[in-house]
Amino acid sequence: MSFLSLLARNRLALAGLIVMALVVLLALVTPILPLADPDVTNTGNRFLKPFSEGALLGTDHLGRDLLSRLLWGTRLSLAVGFAAAVIAAVLGAAVGIIAGYYGGRVDNLIMRGVDMLMAFPYILLALAIVAALGPGLLNALIAVAAVNIPFFARNIRGITVGIAHKEFVDAAKLAGMGDARIIVSEVLPNVVPVIVIAMSTTVGWMILETAGLSFLGLGSQPPQADLGSMLGEARSALITNPHTSVVPGVMILIIVMAINLLGDGVRDALDPRLRSGALTRPMAATMVQRKGPVPDPQGDNVLDLRGLETQFHVKDRIYRAVGGVSWGVKPGECLGIIGESGSGKSVTALSVMGLVASPPGVITGGAVFYKGEDLVGAPYERLRSLRGREVAYIFQDPLATLHPLYKVGDQLVEAIRVHHHVSDKEARAKALGLLKDVRIPNAESRLENYPHEMSGGMRQRVGIAMALANDPEVIIADEPTTALDVTVQAQILSLLDTLRREKGLAIVFITHDFGVVAQLCDRVAVMYAGRIVEEGPTQIVLDAPAHPYTRRLIACVPELGEGKRALHAIPGLPPAVNDLPPGCAFAPRCDKATEACRQGEIALDAFGARKLRCLFPETELEAAQ
Amino acid sequence: MGSYILKRLVSAIPVLLGITVIVFAIMALIPGDPATAILGSYATPENVEKLNRDLGLDKPAVQRYFIWLFNMMQGDFGRSFSLNRPVLDEVLDRFGATLVLAGTSFVLCSLIGVAAGVVSAARQYGFADKAITFVVLLGISIPSFFLGMMMILIFAVQLRWFPASGMWPIYGDRNLLVLLDHLLMPALALAVVATGVVARLSRSAMLEVLRQDYIRTARAKGVPERGVIWRHALRAAMVSIIPVLGIQAGFVLSGAVYIEMVFQWPGVGRMLVDAILKRDILLVQGGVVFVAACYVGFNIVVDVAQSLLDPRIKT
Repeated sequence: MSFLSLLARNRLALAGLIVMALVVLLALVTPILPLADPDVTNTGNRFLKPFSEGALLGTDHLGRDLLSRLLWGTRLSLAVGFAAAVIAAVLGAAVGIIAGYYGGRVDNLIMRGVDMLMAFPYILLALAIVAALGPGLLNALIAVAAVNIPFFARNIRGITVGIAHKEFVDAAKLAGMGDARIIVSEVLPNVVPVIVIAMSTTVGWMILETAGLSFLGLGSQPPQADLGSMLGEARSALITNPHTSVVPGVMILIIVMAINLLGDGVRDALDPRLRSGALTRPMAATMVQRKGPVPDPQGDNVLDLRGLETQFHVKDRIYRAVGGVSWGVKPGECLGIIGESGSGKSVTALSVMGLVASPPGVITGGAVFYKGEDLVGAPYERLRSLRGREVAYIFQDPLATLHPLYKVGDQLVEAIRVHHHVSDKEARAKALGLLKDVRIPNAESRLENYPHEMSGGMRQRVGIAMALANDPEVIIADEPTTALDVTVQAQILSLLDTLRREKGLAIVFITHDFGVVAQLCDRVAVMYAGRIVEEGPTQIVLDAPAHPYTRRLIACVPELGEGKRALHAIPGLPPAVNDLPPGCAFAPRCDKATEACRQGEIALDAFGARKLRCLFPETELEAAQ
Repeated sequence: MGSYILKRLVSAIPVLLGITVIVFAIMALIPGDPATAILGSYATPENVEKLNRDLGLDKPAVQRYFIWLFNMMQGDFGRSFSLNRPVLDEVLDRFGATLVLAGTSFVLCSLIGVAAGVVSAARQYGFADKAITFVVLLGISIPSFFLGMMMILIFAVQLRWFPASGMWPIYGDRNLLVLLDHLLMPALALAVVATGVVARLSRSAMLEVLRQDYIRTARAKGVPERGVIWRHALRAAMVSIIPVLGIQAGFVLSGAVYIEMVFQWPGVGRMLVDAILKRDILLVQGGVVFVAACYVGFNIVVDVAQSLLDPRIKT
């Protein structure tokens, strides 16, 4: 019943439903209403204006009561429209089910025919059918139903193909059921909802199309009139007596609009993507709702995060993806940020330049200092001018992160030209240099490639070249090697390392792989459930991890030549960040956890060059003074 | 590219043949005797038989189909009895007017529809989005013939801005300005529904694309928001918008029939309605086949445009 409540929540759909119910009700009770006979002509009273004595909506060119004709016409139009929808749905579904269920040659033949019918401009085919059958309301109905059969056939076939290969259909076949019985008892119940929905969204069209044919004089014939032929007859008196046209026209508009509102509501209520908010567009920069004081920058870091908090607000739930994270990098330094999926490391990285999708992302606290300037809440234009020019990103999967429809050369040129006023030719020369910098062979011809024409490793080199395009001070690399195989990964890592040394870049390297951290990073910060649990110089942390989580994470890395060391996966899953336990978030998965761990906030304490958030460290650390 | 176009042209041949078969089959359904329909119910049996022989209707259906097909391939679509002139001459005369009308509407619905959809998506849930969504809903719900009539009432009769009907004035010059003056109202009336459909689809295609990773990459590069929307997102969204534009082309081409009736536009649609009412079957057959064939041709153009836009399509 959540479907009905969703529909009810959509006020416009509800309005459509109410209007439609009223119209249908009126059409149903028309025969018992005290109305004038719709077909009795009275030429003495022709073209009475609306609100005249005895004729609420006036009379038409033959003196017939318009209100009566309108209600009878509505009745007829609705009946014809619904009938056409039902006929098209039943026949179309039958054709679609047969094609989808039997497949093979039957399917091929039927769908060719359907494609052929769909090659006609829609209304043209209806005209041809009416031409053959002759004008008349029944023939118009047949024509409109017929031209809509292919639409239903194609939709239902798609669904049936999916069902025909499900286990329960196979089971029914093995049980010796005949095809006809399987279709009726197994397939049909699954496609009926789809048929009903498709009907609800097309019935408006059917009413419009039959009204259209009647308007052309090819549908209902006098004296009988549906809304379309009322409009058609009124056309000759349009200028002198517009009310005879307006009355039926507005009625068609009301009916079709109500049906469309209702249809949209049904579709929206059934679309899971709308329910989850997956179809909201992300804004140009992450929303900022900073509460509490703004911290001060510390040290001589080029990029410095202080107590950053980023949350996702989904309906009434709050996911604390980043819960107060602080770190910094100096020029020429590489900081590794490591953690499982969902630990908040990517969200932290994207928050720096306001790239967290928003909605639902909101930065709720802390500060991001770039050379002492706080970027949280900075004007969009300021943020944009720093993006790519001072702080650049390398993303994980370059097939998804490079634009699929632009040549890589054009994408590099654009990256240069959004920040520098140089000619296309100069930018192109620079782009070529960049591709050579990242060791792409045949760089000239590669400029003309589309991303899908390159290998994964080459694409990631392009991603790196793009990040280097404006000689940034900081590069944030978000799992840049995760999608690559090991040899390519090693090449990319050594490339980044060389670039860092040559250009004095600060690199923030996000990964879930301690092996990668060991190769590249000076320092490492371990994140769990949106917070840093341990931080320190890479070698020291690797040799003597202090947090139980760090130790377990390192134990997950297989080592070559180390023999038969067992790999220990960490049991359990990271906690949901909308429902964090008090105290240590790792406690439920930790074998050393005690009551004390679950009591309250545990601070990230400094021990010399290291920091740790744990009551029972794996190794003894000496407290800094 | 050349070989791709050739391939598409070749694959259109069975579709064209299928169209002729369908049209012929539908016309073969005609209840009663066409000759009686032409001559009226008071015709003598001898006259009916003679006409049947003259029209070749005494031969079996399959033979008749091939005669009709081969004649058409040689440019002979038969002779319209109600107009007493070759079908093809009449269709060609009328098709130009329809093409002007439908072509203008197609351009209007593509430009306005896509722009409205993009703005709507870029300002999702904002005022512009809500306003556009409402207008679009109104647009796809209003019958084009009713809209056309109301436009005549307001802009031709009340305000006297535009002529109420026709393609050319009865007297006076025939130049582009005069044509535009006559064209604007019918082209708009015809474009409204298609514009609504295109705007809706463009909006949802844009919303889909704006979630993609490469849009985040564009933002991370520092591309201004306008470039993100109109260059990066729209280019990708066009891949799903173009097929819908193709469908809308068919819609305006055939939907022109209503507008041609309302605005007395001398197009092929009005010719077809007249022919249907007079039961001039050859004229209907010829007109329908001709327009459908043009639409098939246009769809090839759409496919080629799609392959130019999306390098991932194997050409």
